[in-house]
Amino acid sequence: MSGFSAFRLLREALRGQSGWEPQWRAPAQPQAEYDVVIVGGGGHGLATAYYLAKEHRVGRIAVLEKGWIGGGNTGRNTTIIRSNYLFPESAALYDHAVQLWEGLSQELNYNVMFSPRGVLMLAHNVHDEQSFRRHVHANRLAGVDNEWLDAEACRAFCPPLDIHQQRYPVLGGALQRRGGVARHDAVAWGYARAASALGVDIIQNCEVTGITRGVDGGVTGLSTSRGEVRTRKVGVVAAGSTSLVMAMAGVRMPLESFPLQALVSEPVKPVFPCVVMSNTVHAYISQSDKGELVIGAGTDQYPSYSQAGGVQILSHTLEAICELFPMFRRMRMLRSWGGIVDTTTDRSPIIGLTPVPGLYVNCGWGTGGFKATPGSGHVFAATIARGEPHPIAAPFSLDRFVTGRLIDEAAAAAVAH
Amino acid sequence: MLMIDCPWCGARAELEFRHCGEAHLLRPADPATLSDAQWADYLAFRDNARGWARERWRHVHGCGRFFNALRHTQTDRFAATYKPGQAWPEPPA
Repeated sequence: MSGFSAFRLLREALRGQSGWEPQWRAPAQPQAEYDVVIVGGGGHGLATAYYLAKEHRVGRIAVLEKGWIGGGNTGRNTTIIRSNYLFPESAALYDHAVQLWEGLSQELNYNVMFSPRGVLMLAHNVHDEQSFRRHVHANRLAGVDNEWLDAEACRAFCPPLDIHQQRYPVLGGALQRRGGVARHDAVAWGYARAASALGVDIIQNCEVTGITRGVDGGVTGLSTSRGEVRTRKVGVVAAGSTSLVMAMAGVRMPLESFPLQALVSEPVKPVFPCVVMSNTVHAYISQSDKGELVIGAGTDQYPSYSQAGGVQILSHTLEAICELFPMFRRMRMLRSWGGIVDTTTDRSPIIGLTPVPGLYVNCGWGTGGFKATPGSGHVFAATIARGEPHPIAAPFSLDRFVTGRLIDEAAAAAVAH
Repeated sequence: MLMIDCPWCGARAELEFRHCGEAHLLRPADPATLSDAQWADYLAFRDNARGWARERWRHVHGCGRFFNALRHTQTDRFAATYKPGQAWPEPPA
């Protein structure tokens, strides 16, 4: 595989674009044995495989994906990136990711279109304002940028915002300037390409149907729709389906899977300069480089694996968008879709070891996993390679539900994540 | 939006209801005697099944009463709703 460069673009322009090759190898079958197998070919799983190969020099790695890579929540989210979480454990984890985002295109030699255009979280009532100011102070202590803007400053930063409307008056907002968006598909493809170049086998349309264990209880291999695979280490990164995969090894998880929806509008010229989130009225919005408004809605109230949610959830979000940004009232929406998000009771992820030797899990990212993709893969790779939690991942262990050391971002963030 | 058959009020739109998690979870009679792992299992660990699931609902904007339901978590189709205390029905074949 040859790298991307301006010279290469120019050369291909002159050769009729005839010299491009597939971006990653696509073996049809897994090999008989691997050192590590990652179950789930989304951004987190592919990033894990990449860092295992790059930083930990693990020899034989496979990523098994039931569908196609990046076709799950990686390709279904609203691509918001930020790290202004309340608790030090969360700020460390998500800011680790933001720091990796900042150099990711260079690292992967693949343009992930990371655009730190600023994430503005709106406060509509006194409770919001107090909560966000607390976040601002906590973030500054943790070394994470976050600042309070009054209402006029919010409008100056985001001119489409109507701060004087009656329904959801804007008292101010918390702005993280290093936050922004990235191109979600490019993240999956960039990691896949870079991992493949380091020898990682990416096998699509390969569903894991069983986890085999030896006499000591440890993992010995996997059954898949494309045959048996021997391995002593398995990393499960299956998002909404994590409970189902872990059940194959007899491990019960503190997870519930819900449909979460998003939608995009028809594409228009650049009108929206940043990301705006409003947890209270439940609306997030940004504009993609293609010109579509990308709008995130909420989860349905009941667990489901249907990858489709109720229309009332979408209309609730659009009502809020139309109140906050009256200029969008006449825009047409192009399409909507759903993804299945695995949520924990404290709305923090689970990264680490499990009761089964050789079985590792990275899940529970709920409604906000995309932003963490590089950091999640980085610390999970270290956890698998060393057989002990990476220091940043350690607080997010599965046994925190037993010890009671929860990282309760659910209470901290009220709704959105 | 789901149409949900409240055992007392009849079929109503989902907006009138609140989902209340997995059904038939019994609060341990004497929590003090449980290990931390047993208590965690009661509080946080769930089946999260793909397929027929037993779950608790509450008709918050109606009669206000709790009831149980058997719902398929891939099609979202209800097989039955039934009153608390009743045995759960067998899932359809």
